[in-house]
Amino acid sequence: MSVIPVSWYLVLSAILFGLGVVAFVFKRNVITIFMSIELMLNAVNLAFVAFARAHNQLDGLVFVFFVIVVAAAEAAVGLAIVIMLAQHRQSLSVERENLLKF
Amino acid sequence: MPILDHLWIILALPLAGAAINGLFGKRWPQSAVNSVAVGSVTLAFLAVAELVREFTLLAPDQIPYVGRYFTWMVAGPFKVDFSLQVDQLTVVMLLTVSFVGMLIHIYSTGYMAHEGGYYRFFSYLNLFMFFMLTLVMAANLIVMFVGWEGVGLCSYLLIGFWFLKKSAADAGKKAFITTRVGDFGFTVGVLLVFATFGSIDFSAIFKAVAANPISEVTLTTICILLFTGAIGKSAQLPLYVWLPDAMEGPTPVSALIHAATMVTAGVYMVARMNPLFSRAPIAMLVVAIVGAVTAFYSATIGLVQTDIKKVLAYSTVSQLGYMFLACGVGSYAAGIFHLMTHAFFKGLLFLAAGSVIHAMGGEQDMMKMGGLRSKIPITYWTMFIATLAIAGIPGFAGFFSKDEILEAAKSGPNANLILWVLGVAGAALTSFYMFRLVFLTFFGKPRYDEHHIHVHESPKNMTIPLVILAIFSIFGGWFAAPKLIGGIDYFEKFLAPVFSMYAPPMAEPAHVLAESTASPEMELLTALTGVPVIVAVLGLLVAWWLYIKSPETPKRWAQSLRGLYLLLLNKYYVDEIYAALFVRPLLWLSTNVLWHGVDEGVIDGVVNGSARVARASGGQLRRLQSGNTRSYASWVLIGAIGFSVLLIALYVKVVH
Repeated sequence: MSVIPVSWYLVLSAILFGLGVVAFVFKRNVITIFMSIELMLNAVNLAFVAFARAHNQLDGLVFVFFVIVVAAAEAAVGLAIVIMLAQHRQSLSVERENLLKF
Repeated sequence: MPILDHLWIILALPLAGAAINGLFGKRWPQSAVNSVAVGSVTLAFLAVAELVREFTLLAPDQIPYVGRYFTWMVAGPFKVDFSLQVDQLTVVMLLTVSFVGMLIHIYSTGYMAHEGGYYRFFSYLNLFMFFMLTLVMAANLIVMFVGWEGVGLCSYLLIGFWFLKKSAADAGKKAFITTRVGDFGFTVGVLLVFATFGSIDFSAIFKAVAANPISEVTLTTICILLFTGAIGKSAQLPLYVWLPDAMEGPTPVSALIHAATMVTAGVYMVARMNPLFSRAPIAMLVVAIVGAVTAFYSATIGLVQTDIKKVLAYSTVSQLGYMFLACGVGSYAAGIFHLMTHAFFKGLLFLAAGSVIHAMGGEQDMMKMGGLRSKIPITYWTMFIATLAIAGIPGFAGFFSKDEILEAAKSGPNANLILWVLGVAGAALTSFYMFRLVFLTFFGKPRYDEHHIHVHESPKNMTIPLVILAIFSIFGGWFAAPKLIGGIDYFEKFLAPVFSMYAPPMAEPAHVLAESTASPEMELLTALTGVPVIVAVLGLLVAWWLYIKSPETPKRWAQSLRGLYLLLLNKYYVDEIYAALFVRPLLWLSTNVLWHGVDEGVIDGVVNGSARVARASGGQLRRLQSGNTRSYASWVLIGAIGFSVLLIALYVKVVH
């Protein structure tokens, strides 16, 4: 079995990250935006893992674990916010959450 | 030698008095303020008396005696010590200032008894004594300058003592600003002295000028600059305008500051710097001309003034002119002598005028007085004696000093007959306007409402200083009297070391002596010696004729010589000319250019403009904070892309 070059992983990671970004910017639903953030995080994780394996080093893997832990914490807090938002506004659209401005 | 070793005591006493009264006097009764104020000045006078006793014991080579207390400032070669000195000139000034000052303090306790701000008045008066004594005891130009400016400050404070009165507040400002014009010249002169001689200590300067000849141009410039300061301080042409207005202050202030002491500071300074002046003949001529012209000029204004204090003010300007005339013709001793006798009789005149005003309940217009002779006899007699003294009637103090000045102008080392004529004419006018003042005030019928104004003699604490000063106005001139009968002039002999120690070598002293005996010109000059006395008596007679014998004549003359009369009454319109030439253009410039242009346009413009820029840009930038999550996300994205592009660009640049 031939080894898949690291660049393929990077291309995949970039595609996933790009999809996340596009979804983050264009979607209106809070939960979808939340998911797009997760997608970007995991795209980065994929790049880390690929590099860690290519260079035979553990640093990238350790970093990935940190990202997963932080993402879990973020999901806990973020989903709580989303629930509160839904209760208050009866809506999940970010278009209507524009009170924090001048 | 307790005082000689501690010269600072003389200064510390009135300063302490000023501080104590200024800080605590507000809550104290008048008697407590009195004892602090009068006590401190009396102690200062006693200290001066003791100083004089110790001074007479000094060997000639110990004079001037210098007390160095601390180094005040050092900047490269520029070094200023706080040092005081005593020589014969200082002794004369110290005695005059502290003695007259003490009497006027005593007088003020009566005069100011019913005034508000009693403690404040005495605090200022004591402060004035401190600065005046500093001025005369200073051993270098900078310490002298401290006293010089300090007395100006106190003058300002006391002229504007009744500061709620606009005219008084304005007069204070006028005095301060006008003298400032002269002080500017003085300051530049001091700097030039330092640049030329490398020191500002009197003895060092004098030694330097005596040892190495300095170019006459430099010396003349220095002397004229220093004299500019004297013109301002001593109210000479063309900066005399502040002194008549200074009469807005309480009368004891006019007596002490604007007659007896502060205004003579200029004369003292010129006499002190005599080694420089004596080597600058052109500057000497300027001093003499300014003095003589002022003496005559302000006497003419005095002729028609009706405010009793204004007459005395112009008289003061005129007498100061005589002092400068004396210095200018090289007879510094005569100038200082006149300074001393003038302090007695002019101080007395002002105090007596104050007593008249006090008796009249505040009236200053002589046209509303008259016939006061029998009602206030002590005031009348003392004022009459002072008038005899200032008019130069033989036997009184002013006669000896004025005669000596005119004698010096006529046949002294730098004699000048034109200046002598001006001086004699001024003397005639002086005699006239002074007797006019006395006749209008004390003789004739009362011209005031006798039912409403109850004329009363002043209390003892006012009359006693009058009597003492009257005694000095009679006998104060006798120090110098023997000269007239061919003896040794004690006063001049006493001061001689100050004026001869660094004097330039005389050109041909023998020649002058030889000529004074023979030539017909000299005989003429000798014949003219009696002229000042004759004109003084003439002035008296004319005044008597015009104001007692036929009191209608002055009005007729004023009618027929209306133009001249109005010119004199309005003081040659000098105030109006100055207003048109300096005040109004300056006001216009300040209002339209500096205020509306620079201040409002440039400075406010910069401040308001930067605020407006900040607000306008903020108004635009705040639109970025839309509250829209997706727009923030877009900004983050744009930032991230921009940053990535930058990194890549840098990487590419490094690699290639």
